[in-house]
Amino acid sequence: MVRDVAFGQYFPANSVIHKCDPRAKLIMLVGFLVIIFCTFNYASLALVVLFTALFVAASKVPAKFYFKSMKVIIFIIIVTSILNVFYGSGDPLVQWGIFKITLNGINRAIFVSVRIICLILASSCLTFTTSPTELTDAIERLMKPLAKLHFPVHEIAMMMSLALRFVPTLLEETDKITQAQKARGADMESGNIIQRVKAFIPILIPLFVSAFRRAYELATAMECRCYRGGTGRTRMKTIHMAKRDYVSFVMVALLIGGVILCNIFLPAAV
Amino acid sequence: MSKVLELKNLSYVYGTGTPFEKTAVNNVSLSIEKGEFIGIMGHTGSGKSTLVQMLNGLMKPTSGQVLLDGEDIWANPKDIRKIRFKVGMVFQYPEYQLFEETVAKDIAFGPTNMGKSGAELEKAVNDAARFTGLKDELLEKSPFDLSGGEKRRAAIAGVIAMNPEVLVLDEPTAGLDPMGRDVLLSQIVQYHKERKNTVILVSHSMEDIARVADKIIVMNKSNLVMFDKTKEVFSKGRELEEIGLRVPQITKIMLDLREKGFNVPEGILTVDEAMDCISSLLDKEGKIW
Repeated sequence: MVRDVAFGQYFPANSVIHKCDPRAKLIMLVGFLVIIFCTFNYASLALVVLFTALFVAASKVPAKFYFKSMKVIIFIIIVTSILNVFYGSGDPLVQWGIFKITLNGINRAIFVSVRIICLILASSCLTFTTSPTELTDAIERLMKPLAKLHFPVHEIAMMMSLALRFVPTLLEETDKITQAQKARGADMESGNIIQRVKAFIPILIPLFVSAFRRAYELATAMECRCYRGGTGRTRMKTIHMAKRDYVSFVMVALLIGGVILCNIFLPAAV
Repeated sequence: MSKVLELKNLSYVYGTGTPFEKTAVNNVSLSIEKGEFIGIMGHTGSGKSTLVQMLNGLMKPTSGQVLLDGEDIWANPKDIRKIRFKVGMVFQYPEYQLFEETVAKDIAFGPTNMGKSGAELEKAVNDAARFTGLKDELLEKSPFDLSGGEKRRAAIAGVIAMNPEVLVLDEPTAGLDPMGRDVLLSQIVQYHKERKNTVILVSHSMEDIARVADKIIVMNKSNLVMFDKTKEVFSKGRELEEIGLRVPQITKIMLDLREKGFNVPEGILTVDEAMDCISSLLDKEGKIW
């Protein structure tokens, strides 16, 4: 079933990371993602891996869910690392015709796969511990300065939260329609690629029709409750920075500092 | 009569190993004879929908077996599509599954998947349209131009067109007006009479079930609590009320009369029956009090 994809799902639990301010988490994630790609030797890579493990452990989300979110991209990891093995520079260790494996190539493959794994784990850590509403709230607050430039911050945030709100609904709907068409003998598991794409038409058309219907209904319902954009709107839940947020900022800052130091004082591996 | 469906210790558990783990169907065993009209009732979340989705292999039971004509439907998982042609399933609000350019093409989707074509296909479509009372001129229209009730009929016709041995309908009358409900229900009864196939009807409406079903399956909190003849089930009005289900209004009135000491039989299902009973009481004593 479509619902089995774990990536991007919220997992309710009671951990420090769940309680952190979503803005803080978002900023830290961005910093973390940048620093992942600034690791050029094994010492800095180890630091990044250590921090990823720390966050993953602190999130109190079962490891199984992290494995599930990896499942989707395992193929990409394998392909990119294989490509990287053959694209290294320097003296070949083994060579068949135009294919050669170099030490540099192997290093690159390891770096690429570890970086992607850390990237997925860190982003999953954010989505597992932050509900979609918190996340859009955070984005709206962070983008607020842009409103001075007449950028429609509230509207964008509202659109995002509506889109996120409807992801599970549409997934459920997809499941239902798939079941209904399967009950009429729709065959989605066999045939060549064209037949398989065609087999999705009986699912896509009803799905589009119902998405539009839902959009109209929602628009009417919002108008009925006098929604007229962001001006003068207050919120029920306000978000505040707390001590734990500053502590985690310091930790991420230390990580960034550590990685930079490693890069300066130790030779680069890739 | 021979058994068409047999369920053996059937269970289904959602989300095994997650905090959302939930048993939807717990160890259900029963058998259904060929040609029976079965009603299934139970609360929202009692496991009715999960139960019926296991009948045609849309859901694979966590444990237990579903036997269709004596054979385990999962004996050969590659052939599960064939089972779906034998056990036709009409979901709740089936009108959302319509997708073709014309109603006729949409009804033909199932039979085409079975490999029917030409005159045979045409006959299947026309028969199904007749059973559900779709007028000929609607068949060439786009399904999205039909009214709500007509869409519902078209969707049901799409399943009937496969001529399944067992037809399962999950709340087919939900959201229809009273008139539409009655007509649709009579058409299902008519279909059952003519084709002599097994029909399984899931419904929240006790009146509907009382009117059409030979036997009733009662589900409560994932368990099978009753499976018996309609009269027998509805004569246990108090037990049904305990699990939060009603009996049809007229059955309730007659049960209350019985408790007040009037000599009326249990399990009265229709107003006509009730009228006969009450007038027979009047005849003997000349007055009701």
